[in-house]
Amino acid sequence: MSAITMRELTKVYPGGVRALDALDLEIADGEFFALLGPSGCGKTTLLRTIAGLEVASGGSVRIGERDVTNLPPGKRDVAMVFQDYALFPHMTVRDNIAYPLRIKKVDRRSRGSKAADTADELGLSGLLERRPGQLSGGQQQRVALARAMACHPQVFLLDEPLSNLDARLRLEARTFLKRLQRELGVTTVFVTHDQAEALALADRIAVMEGGRIRQVGTPTEVFRRPANTFVAGFIGSTPMNLIDARVRGDELSVARAGLPLPDDARGQVTDGERLVYGIRPEYLDYSPTAVPGALTGEVVVVENLGSVSLVSLDVPGEDTEETGPGRTSVQVVVAEGGEPEPGDTGWAVPRPGRSLLYRDGNLVTAAATAGVPAPRADAAARS
Amino acid sequence: MVEGARPVTGASPAPDAAGLGRARATGFLVPAMVLILVFLVVPAAWTIYLGVTNYRLTGLAAAHPEVVGLDNYTRALGDERFRTSLLLTLQFVLGSAVIGQAGLGFAIAFALRDRRGPLRRVVEGFVLLSWILPSSVVAFLWIALLDRDAGTLNALLGIPGTAWLLDHPMLSIIVFNTWRGTAFSMMLYAAALENVPRSHLETARLAGASTWQQLRDVVFPRIRGHVLTNLLLISLWTFNDFAPFLITAGGPEQRSEILPVYVYKVALSGGELGFGAAISFVMLLINLVIALVYLRMLGRRKESA
Repeated sequence: MSAITMRELTKVYPGGVRALDALDLEIADGEFFALLGPSGCGKTTLLRTIAGLEVASGGSVRIGERDVTNLPPGKRDVAMVFQDYALFPHMTVRDNIAYPLRIKKVDRRSRGSKAADTADELGLSGLLERRPGQLSGGQQQRVALARAMACHPQVFLLDEPLSNLDARLRLEARTFLKRLQRELGVTTVFVTHDQAEALALADRIAVMEGGRIRQVGTPTEVFRRPANTFVAGFIGSTPMNLIDARVRGDELSVARAGLPLPDDARGQVTDGERLVYGIRPEYLDYSPTAVPGALTGEVVVVENLGSVSLVSLDVPGEDTEETGPGRTSVQVVVAEGGEPEPGDTGWAVPRPGRSLLYRDGNLVTAAATAGVPAPRADAAARS
Repeated sequence: MVEGARPVTGASPAPDAAGLGRARATGFLVPAMVLILVFLVVPAAWTIYLGVTNYRLTGLAAAHPEVVGLDNYTRALGDERFRTSLLLTLQFVLGSAVIGQAGLGFAIAFALRDRRGPLRRVVEGFVLLSWILPSSVVAFLWIALLDRDAGTLNALLGIPGTAWLLDHPMLSIIVFNTWRGTAFSMMLYAAALENVPRSHLETARLAGASTWQQLRDVVFPRIRGHVLTNLLLISLWTFNDFAPFLITAGGPEQRSEILPVYVYKVALSGGELGFGAAISFVMLLINLVIALVYLRMLGRRKESA
């Protein structure tokens, strides 16, 4: 049992920078967990505090049944893979992998065979006598993983595990990493600033900003139902369209178009209230002809993304007292074959059940059907 | 002379990175070459020549020095005083440079590696101060510190009458030179430690490595080149250091007479310039051997890396 539990965890650096702000988080046993956020959001500090490389200013960290808040890193039974892999250049691959065992006073023969076994698992068997400098980036990463695995820690911590690999290798390593974690079943926490990486790898994601967690959930949850506009803007390869809207009776006026209220928001909003309407470009269907219940405007940019294109429509903004009638941009993902030309007039139809409403930056949901399931229930469901 | 050795090529575009062309590059080099020639090469050659003569400061041989072949060298090697002096010099280098300056310098640099702010600046300031003060001032300070009757050290320890300079002359100059030269090693190691990636130290810490194990497995392999360069430089400097003369003057009874002091006494006090020059040349050879040993070790490191 090696769940990680953080309670009111706070880290204040000398000089007063509050990197972690009374943060509560539970990571289930065996879970592959992502800490995601822009740089400076505290995700690396959180990882290093779990490792013990940073000392918490307040709150507690528990791994399994042990309170490790005040334990030194070497006593926490965690292993970390650094962004630069931190392989010792003067040691062979074998000695690098066996290093933690050497510190734990395992005798030479058994740590050598242990290193060889671990290297085999990761497809490094022919490279044991090489130096790290003679390996490719992907091989170096696997040596670093092997070193972390060799002493069977309770928790793996990975700091930006894929960022030092080139684009093609990154996809390969991503698949490899996910399979490895599934096979080992060890609780793994990784830090990334790349939302695609977090969505692809993790069982659950914590999106962080300014030392706080803005949302915790499965990739599907954070993608489909971002809890606030920060998460909505951060997750997704194309950011969510966030457009000013006003409630008019049963309808929503968005960019001078009348759209149905999202199911969740029914009964939660008042007539005339001003909100933000959110819809992912992937959940808008493009139409070259007029359709009811659609956002409409002139096509200004068409970006080819391979199998699809990203089309930007210039739509009229909501007429408000402060800004007056403005213009705003709506992005639509269009399947190949149907791309318009710049200058065309297009209609974007939201798919039912995919649009969201935000009030003061937070998701408007029906209280009874509270959209985001509790993390605990979710973790239990998977295991 | 240099111009003669390297004929100037025609108007072809300059092949060097700075675009100077051979002629102008030579022009820039000549002044430095002349200075090196006049003040380094000629005196060195002159010393070698003097070493095979019976040249003296005064007397008949001062006017008409005669070439005596290797007599000076055989005399030096057979001289008990020379051999003792050589031994003392080795003690001095080992004690004050290799163990004292390098050891203490590394210890301070390692202790301060993650510190920023006033503590670091104060420590570094004091260490540097001991390095940049003129030798004569420093010598006076140390004599005042170690004096038998009115010395600061005896007053601090409450043991008046302990004659440090008379009873422990070698220990005194070793401690003195350690204090004097630690700054260089400290600064060099502080810079070297910046090259040790944090993640490497942290990997060792996560594995549970002690401070000593981190030094052995992460730090030293990484800064081996810096260590060797540092040891090479401070060994040579210490080997040729004359400052201890200002404190003990080689005494008492030649018990702190390291080679530079010995040469000074033989050549200038004793007036035997030829003999002194011969010993100087022997020192030069020893320096060369020290340098070659270190360079060899550095080279081996590059091969293995």
